[in-house]
Amino acid sequence: MKVIQIDTNQWTEGLAKLEGSYRMFGPAETEGKYPEFKELEKGDVPNLNVPNTHLSAKSVVYPQSEVMFEYTLDEAKENHHQLREIEKDYSPRAVFGIRPCDAAANLIIKRNFDSKEYRDPYWVDSFESCVFIGHACENPGATCFCTSVGFGPFNEDGLDLLLVESGNGGFLAKVITDKGAVLAKSAGWETDTDDAAFEPLKEKAEAKIKSKVNTGQLAKQDAKELFDAPFWEDIGFACLNCGTCTYSCPTCWCFDIQDEVKDKSGIRMRNWDSCMYPLFTLEGSGHNPRPEKHQRIRQRFMHKLKYYVDKYEAGVQCVGCGRCVRLCPVNIDIRTVCEKMNSYKPA
Amino acid sequence: MQNPYLPMPVRIDEIVTETEDKMLKTFKFVFLNKEDEERFQHKAGQFAELSVPGKGEVPIGIASSPTEKGYVKFTVNKTGLVTGYMHTMKVGDIMGIRGPLGNWYPWETLEGKNVVIIGGGFAFSTLRASIVYMLANRDKFKDIHVIYGSRMPSLLLYRDELAAWEAAGDIAMHITVDGTDDPDWKYNVGFVPTITEQKAPPADADTYAIVCGPPAMIRFTQPVLDNLGYSHDNIINSLEKRMKCGIGICGRCNIGDQYVCKDGPVFTLNTLNHMAGEK
Amino acid sequence: MIGYVDKIREISLKLLNEEKVDMVIGYRKGSLPMMTEPCFVKRPEDVETLIWDSNCRINLAAYLMDRKEKIGIVAKGCDSRNIINHLVENKIKREQLVIIGAPCKGMIDKKAVVLQFGQDIDEYQETEDQITVKGGGTEKTFQKVDVLQENCAICNHRNPVVYDELAGDLVEEQTDIDRYEDIRKIEAMDIDEKWNFFEDMLSTCIRCYACRNACPLCYCPTCFVDESKPQWVGKSNDPNDTRTFHFLRAFHCAGRCTDCGACERACPMDIPVRLLTKKLGKDCLDLYGWEAGLDPEQRPPLDTFKPDDPNVGIK
Repeated sequence: MKVIQIDTNQWTEGLAKLEGSYRMFGPAETEGKYPEFKELEKGDVPNLNVPNTHLSAKSVVYPQSEVMFEYTLDEAKENHHQLREIEKDYSPRAVFGIRPCDAAANLIIKRNFDSKEYRDPYWVDSFESCVFIGHACENPGATCFCTSVGFGPFNEDGLDLLLVESGNGGFLAKVITDKGAVLAKSAGWETDTDDAAFEPLKEKAEAKIKSKVNTGQLAKQDAKELFDAPFWEDIGFACLNCGTCTYSCPTCWCFDIQDEVKDKSGIRMRNWDSCMYPLFTLEGSGHNPRPEKHQRIRQRFMHKLKYYVDKYEAGVQCVGCGRCVRLCPVNIDIRTVCEKMNSYKPA
Repeated sequence: MQNPYLPMPVRIDEIVTETEDKMLKTFKFVFLNKEDEERFQHKAGQFAELSVPGKGEVPIGIASSPTEKGYVKFTVNKTGLVTGYMHTMKVGDIMGIRGPLGNWYPWETLEGKNVVIIGGGFAFSTLRASIVYMLANRDKFKDIHVIYGSRMPSLLLYRDELAAWEAAGDIAMHITVDGTDDPDWKYNVGFVPTITEQKAPPADADTYAIVCGPPAMIRFTQPVLDNLGYSHDNIINSLEKRMKCGIGICGRCNIGDQYVCKDGPVFTLNTLNHMAGEK
Repeated sequence: MIGYVDKIREISLKLLNEEKVDMVIGYRKGSLPMMTEPCFVKRPEDVETLIWDSNCRINLAAYLMDRKEKIGIVAKGCDSRNIINHLVENKIKREQLVIIGAPCKGMIDKKAVVLQFGQDIDEYQETEDQITVKGGGTEKTFQKVDVLQENCAICNHRNPVVYDELAGDLVEEQTDIDRYEDIRKIEAMDIDEKWNFFEDMLSTCIRCYACRNACPLCYCPTCFVDESKPQWVGKSNDPNDTRTFHFLRAFHCAGRCTDCGACERACPMDIPVRLLTKKLGKDCLDLYGWEAGLDPEQRPPLDTFKPDDPNVGIK
């Protein structure tokens, strides 16, 4: 696979060239706040110094709030009370600074939004418009455990290009897909260099990962036995149902659909939702299948580490980014839960 | 592929208030676009998302059979925001339908078999679709029994049709109410589980029960069926859950790794017993 | 503060052995340095898992809601005031509780330490007045007073206001602290400045409701933002709806909030939501002389009416 070299000048010039044909996305600060993924203004440079953003890059493909349709309730107008699709901008997007964990997460999510029977146009069209320029992790964090769940600091799943700092303000870039090659050419990044440059960097980074989690037994476990295991109340006691884990998680996808009307015109939109909220499963009759906190915790971890495994046979629904571990205010740790689930033997 | 979130526009063609307490209305919808009508090929047991612009969507079982052409019928209980609003709508109003969604009662398996339909309250709507379907294909099925009950006569759905089916004689109708002070009440008096015990045919490999009703009814009918010897593979249930997308994407309605909206809502009891998850 | 651990374990063991409580709610060691996890202990042999250090930030009163058991609970000053709130609001009965008071000189602000240290923390140690963090081959020592959580630095109720047992000696209360300096600065802004300030502050809110869910006071079965008949507030991150949510939530906490900081700690976007709740706390103090959670016999000002109440809004 081709590896190219980008020096500081080529980088700055390349970004400027790309602005003409791509919408640019990457981590950026707002007014002194922590950097998050957002669309970059003209001339802005993506901040590649942040180890990882608080919220994942999933918001680039899958925004927190998104309008799906519009309609008019004005009976004098044609097509009243009928939903109309709205114009969306799926012109090419260049997404910089996405870590390999977040990129792999998009592929995990894709299985949900693009199945044999249904294709979610909002997610899939958005995803397909993106070119993902990954940023390899030379210094994985203390809570990163990507190598335990099938990924790694230099993993290429879901990426079109993978960048690693080359030491003097420039980058080495591995061209992974044709989309990536096209973008590199548009940016004028065409200086080939030694193919073998990446492998030793990758090995060095992977060796730095200290956090390991066992997941090998999860597929073999019986779902019902795990469900009935006695440890859920203890695991779930501390949970505040705050939802921070689901909002920061790159592989969580649950959403809510809402209609909002002002005067006679309205929209139908979807917003991120969380299985941690008590009202998530509340039925019209008043019955709630998960009224207790520990039932909701169990649902989240069973979904991530068992139901998804059973459904897609493609590993766990977790990329080991460690955000939920770092951000949980009461220190509920998915790694501890995973070990418990993995090693569980019913009495 | 078409946008699966986009509803097909329909017009309300007829509204029938089914019950005396006015909480249940049957809506008859006609598609505005012929292509939509042709595309909406459903099977009895499926549901659709009824979409009211400005209010939201609700998943409701399809009450009409695929053999009824030119329209689709839904019986809607007034419960919340969307259903409450629907109950104020009039003939001629326009709204939307997304569907057909979900799986259906296992009609291929049921061909050539005895079918016992056990329903309670307003869960009967997809059972109506099933009965109309079976009657239109009568020679495909052996004996058909219907045990249907509600709290009192005025709360039974489709009363005219129930009487017509009874009169036709092709199926054994066992209509019951929990109690009544109507001296002219011709049918049974007793809870659905009790009538099931009395009237359900004996269990065998060729006899299937489709059970659909409120949780209390299901809870007390199940032991009766167990005692009669019905195997859990021969008992078919239809579940309800809070849904939003209806197409197995938004993640809300799962039981274990199954989405009630996509892998269900129809499940055999045997499958349900083995599913990890809250029901 | 060091040394409470033994007392907490001793008291818990006694309570469990004598069956005075069904469970003890306290903290256990977290999986990360500088974190603790709230836990419950039901068996006497498990009391050894209970710990205490300057990372026991979480307000344990949040776990008392509607419980039916007899509970022993470790309570700092702020926690004890929330317990009184719960008593006043009938979420739990006093007879159910054995409160193990923990006089507190303040908890460490983990986010601030991480920011100042600049790298992942692998190890953490503390003494009575200092903390030392190690990571990435370096280490740094901080004076505790320099890295306290904001709400702890200005705390005026460090001792639990109600307790059955004490895990340590009562500490001196801070007397000459200005709790509302930051609030007065905002009050002094003119209307455009204020508008811009709050618009900017809430611009990154993602409506995750972590602040609401983490708050021990926010226990409404259906929060006003979740109501659909009628729908009071939209659910997207529209700035108007977001402002409505935050401002109204602050009002719902008025006269009840003890400034425990759970909201800010839970926020993944680091929004200083306490600015809103503190403003209302200040107003309750100025208008009604009221501080939340001090006396289980007193009803809060928004719950009562006296003829001589200042009619601020009604002219």
